[in-house]
Amino acid sequence: MGGVSVAPVEIERPEAGEAPSSDVPWITLVHNDPVNLMSYVTYVFRTYFGYPKEKAEKLMLDVHHKGRAVVSSGSREEMERDVQAMHGYGLWATLQQDR
Amino acid sequence: MAGYFEAAPDGAAVIALDEVEVSILRSLAVQLLELIGPGREHEEGADPLAALFAEGPSSPPSDPALARLFPDAYVDPQAGDAAGREAREASAEFRRYTENDLRARKREDALAVVRDLDGLEPSGGGAVLRVAGDDARHWLGTLNDLRLTIGSRLGVTEDDEELYRLPDTDPRKPLVMAYLWLGGLQESLLETLM
Repeated sequence: MGGVSVAPVEIERPEAGEAPSSDVPWITLVHNDPVNLMSYVTYVFRTYFGYPKEKAEKLMLDVHHKGRAVVSSGSREEMERDVQAMHGYGLWATLQQDR
Repeated sequence: MAGYFEAAPDGAAVIALDEVEVSILRSLAVQLLELIGPGREHEEGADPLAALFAEGPSSPPSDPALARLFPDAYVDPQAGDAAGREAREASAEFRRYTENDLRARKREDALAVVRDLDGLEPSGGGAVLRVAGDDARHWLGTLNDLRLTIGSRLGVTEDDEELYRLPDTDPRKPLVMAYLWLGGLQESLLETLM
């Protein structure tokens, strides 16, 4: 084939529940804990993810009030990197598939 | 123990510490280093290349404070003991490849704090500590790890009115005082950064 086609491709959309599990994105969850300061959690979201102040604060408040928040999503490898970074900062984070 | 970090005109964070405060901070940082443990690279006669590829542990630390510093990556805390076998196995695998690095990072943070405290020039029963640039990250990390550790020892929860109104005779009182002081240090250091 010569070159890459830029024509729109008809994308087959699998019915819900049929998606192979490898296509389901992964998410990083940060969980509430009674020790971490709200300002520190916001600082981590801004510093590590580069989120603007408003977004970082909203996520922090979600963690605080709802007990957890999805802070990033992507491939399993990317989420493992994010979880490891969160643990480095002392935040309680886990990853899972976004079912 | 009332001093907090303040922003200097050049952007650094500065704090005046008296001898007792310096000694407490140093002692806490050293205890944290002991808790985290030495890296494999420091083992007598260890092959540095082998240490580079050494696998970490696969099960969570039994000490609750360490378990909080190095949590399972795939076990949702809300699932707790009901977490599936798959999540536990993935956590063990993740731990094998990441925990050594994580311990090394926390060690580096605490070592930087000890170095800063040892480098202070005493004057009049105290000293002025300056924290700037990357060093602020080390201090934030260690202050946070110390609070997580002490918080775990004290069993801190969301609603701890009782813990903060302990009588002076309570054996937990000094640890609670340290916990609150470290929180003030961390909060004020953050304020100089944001």
